[in-house]
Amino acid sequence: MKQSITLTVNGTDRAVNVESRALLAYVLRDQLDLTGTHVGCDTSQCGACTVLLDGHAVKSCTLLAVQVEGRAITTIEGLSADGLHPVQQAFWEKHGLQCGFCTPGMILTAVDLLSQNPDPSEAEIRHGLEGNYCRCTGYQNIVAAIGAAAAALRSGKRAGAAA
Amino acid sequence: MIPAAFEYTRARSVADALKALGARNTKVLCGGQSLIPLLRFRLAEPKRLVGIGHLSQLKGITRTKGGVRIGAATTYRELLESKVLQSDFPLIGEVTAHIGDLQVRNVGTIGGGLAHADPAADMPAVMLALDAKFQLQSAKGKRTVAAREFFRGPFSTAMKPTELLTEIQLPALPANAGTAYADFEQLASGYALVGAAAVVARSQGSVTQATLAFTGLSDTPFLAKSAGELIGTKGDAQAITRVAEGAVEGVEANDDIHASSAYRLHLAKVAARRALTEAVERAK
Repeated sequence: MKQSITLTVNGTDRAVNVESRALLAYVLRDQLDLTGTHVGCDTSQCGACTVLLDGHAVKSCTLLAVQVEGRAITTIEGLSADGLHPVQQAFWEKHGLQCGFCTPGMILTAVDLLSQNPDPSEAEIRHGLEGNYCRCTGYQNIVAAIGAAAAALRSGKRAGAAA
Repeated sequence: MIPAAFEYTRARSVADALKALGARNTKVLCGGQSLIPLLRFRLAEPKRLVGIGHLSQLKGITRTKGGVRIGAATTYRELLESKVLQSDFPLIGEVTAHIGDLQVRNVGTIGGGLAHADPAADMPAVMLALDAKFQLQSAKGKRTVAAREFFRGPFSTAMKPTELLTEIQLPALPANAGTAYADFEQLASGYALVGAAAVVARSQGSVTQATLAFTGLSDTPFLAKSAGELIGTKGDAQAITRVAEGAVEGVEANDDIHASSAYRLHLAKVAARRALTEAVERAK
């Protein structure tokens, strides 16, 4: 049995007709064509499907769409309206990706991590990434990218405050 | 791996949820971080789900005259961010930081996890050690069940299918109490091969209260009776070792692909010793 729900996706209200059992990851990908949300393990382990729910990183393969009715979802496509987000920029500069499959989830997790902790230690970054798997990079450059993004965001904030 | 079809009711209130729970084969969905994987593997195929994770009535952490009350739908993230818990029950935050991962902690809830009653979950042992009380509500009324009476077996609790866990009540710790948790995780899942939670109170150097609870060791979390033997001692290494050894005597330990029963019993003694030692140090 289908029901109509509204989700705010990347700042726009979207009405979707979904089955109760529809998982958010598949609604985003198949009904809203937001295929930047990847499905990797499909069992809440790998974090490739991570999106932001009201600003908090969540695994969209482990949420029912009906469960998040009315709430705000940000996918990788909606992270920045204007060029690359500082976390995306840092992944680019520090070679924080190889095949790129895990990257949207890594970046959105990092955005949440840095909003909670603007100056994380390397150990805190690694702890924050516990729910995101990468099979290419060995994590080293991902951790470096998040550290660099943290520094960029902090200096950006100071510059903004001074202006 | 798509769940079997079910009807979903988004509860408008606790009363609304309780009414919906009256129908047969109905399950409660709070954060869903345990239930949705079960639905996806079709290990659970309820006919109806009642969503309660959004109900503000079931959220929040507040001091009461006897301790602290936690709404069942409070997320692990909210537990970690709570100043009240950091000050009154630091053990909760220390354990919560290692539950699931960042994404799971953003959605998963304390009440959902406790009602799920995974025999290797960390929080049930903490609830036993802290002597938490759980408020259960049904359409017929409310009752309070001690955590120590709540866990009945693997994924099995004292709750009736028509009942909802609405809040967790933590009685204030005695003065000079120290708490600690030590565990060995199964690395891929993060679940405890064995975890031990300890609460120790001291007065003038002597132990006046000692509680030790295990998770992961047996088919249900449990309190170790031997902990009482620490009372009256100085909480020294010898006394702690004696309690840790006594704690696992006669226990039928789980035996699976992750750890043999003998290995689990060994880990349990080490975890118990570490948790008790740290709790004693902190009980100053």
